[in-house]
Amino acid sequence: MPEQEKLRLRNVSHVYVNDSGASLAVESLDLTIAQGEFVSLVGPSGCGKTTVLHLIAGLLQPTRGEVNMDGKRVTGPSTAVGYMLQQDYLFPWRSIGDNAAIGLEINGKLNAASRQRVGRLLEELELGGTAQRYPHELSGGMRQRVALARTLATEPDIMLLDEPFSALDMHIKLQLEDLVWSTIRGRGQTAVLVTHDLAEAAAMSDRIIVLGRNPGRIRLDLDVPDSLRAILPMEARRHPAFQPLFEQLWAQLDGDTVDVNGNGEESVEGGIRHEDEN
Amino acid sequence: MKMKISGATNDSASQWLQSLFAKHKARSRRITAAVLLVRMAILVFFVGLWEQAGRSKWIDPLLFSYPSRIVNLIADMVRDGSIWPHVGMTAGETALGFVLGTALGTLIAALLWWFPFVSRVLDPYLVVLNSMPKVALGPIFIVALGPGFMSIVVTTLSVTVIITTLNIYNQFREVEGGFVKVVRLFGASRLQTFRYVIIPASFPVIISTLKVNVGLSWVGVIVGEFLVAKLGLGYLIIYGFQVFNFTLVLSSLVIIALVATVMYQLVAMLERRLTGGRRER
Repeated sequence: MPEQEKLRLRNVSHVYVNDSGASLAVESLDLTIAQGEFVSLVGPSGCGKTTVLHLIAGLLQPTRGEVNMDGKRVTGPSTAVGYMLQQDYLFPWRSIGDNAAIGLEINGKLNAASRQRVGRLLEELELGGTAQRYPHELSGGMRQRVALARTLATEPDIMLLDEPFSALDMHIKLQLEDLVWSTIRGRGQTAVLVTHDLAEAAAMSDRIIVLGRNPGRIRLDLDVPDSLRAILPMEARRHPAFQPLFEQLWAQLDGDTVDVNGNGEESVEGGIRHEDEN
Repeated sequence: MKMKISGATNDSASQWLQSLFAKHKARSRRITAAVLLVRMAILVFFVGLWEQAGRSKWIDPLLFSYPSRIVNLIADMVRDGSIWPHVGMTAGETALGFVLGTALGTLIAALLWWFPFVSRVLDPYLVVLNSMPKVALGPIFIVALGPGFMSIVVTTLSVTVIITTLNIYNQFREVEGGFVKVVRLFGASRLQTFRYVIIPASFPVIISTLKVNVGLSWVGVIVGEFLVAKLGLGYLIIYGFQVFNFTLVLSSLVIIALVATVMYQLVAMLERRLTGGRRER
């Protein structure tokens, strides 16, 4: 694969500061992601996975270091980056079509042609005929597909996936993994998936990065075997190469999960949320 | 297994379900009818008791009047048309009060949301203003604005604006952070965040605040009219009190109850209209 650099985090540290103190969430992180690569970030909760994603999206500015996209420094959110959240957060007062088009509307790019493209996108994601309906009429899996359509509508180069499958039932989650994977592959997008599900990371990615906890540092940077990269996540889960990979990841995290005490993690997460609400 | 269920079994199953449903419907109809009956009985009993007590002088009819006198007086005032200017004036002041109060409160809440610094500065002032009985400011408004329409409306606003501001500002702050994140990730400005997320997410609360303000506005208007008016239902109450015509006082109260109920129902209808499509929330 020609390694054309898409994203580069250079010596990035991030500190959350609030009234109860300052806490280091990510420390001296160096990371390069190539164009078209599908990278997963896994690690115990509180290891700063979501912070890394926020930094790439431009929602947060690194306290130290810099984040570059296509060689340019990221200074704020842009439509070049699509972000899928853990929950769908569809606006209940907007129809499905209007929900999917919100990004275009905010950027003043909503017109007859782009609206038609959103319509086609919904059909591609098996949501044809739902454009006039409202979120509460749809199932959880359908809603998360609308969220995917909303993210894709602005045609981003980079997809950031922040545990987008974790709130779903198992079989819907597996179907959606396949759908998201093929959509991203089909568009040649670069993707960063944050997950605590090792099997999900192993089934979907080209490369898996294991972060250690408190503060986030890279503990392992692992290339997924070619045999697994080429096939759908659902098939990858049944492939002979899958189990060894899973066990390798498990072994990495096992040491960490033993000394997990939920408290330290909560304070970091709380800090993130606090930051967002302002 | 399912494939083996015969048509006959299916039919008897659906008959069974239908009979259960029919029983449920009959039962809920019976309860509805009983509720209506008891409601009417209470009304008839108390009105009848009041009438009997007044006529038989168990209570002083000069002070407490009785229903037939009140009905006659209202009928007379409706017939000669003398009641309408009073009703119109009071209803107008009230409507202006709750619409303006809600609008102004929402506007101030928007400013507080926009400028968090201002919100922190003003916090204790809002708490004090909210705690004090605003109608007590009535005399100050009369001195400042003259004894008339303006001071009545401002008295009404003083009752509604602060509580509206606090309620709606709290709602603004409680809007789910995820919704805000969605639009920020698309590069939304603060104004766009307000327009696309904060306002629509708070809309049901704004409308229900409008409903609460209907009740509060009546308090403001009646007190305002007690103080200065030459026209209006509050004025009729004070006038009746001064000339010792308690039938007039009670008639005014009955009319206030009727008009206030109609107004509340209209706003409740408006609320259902405007928020009908969002049953989920």
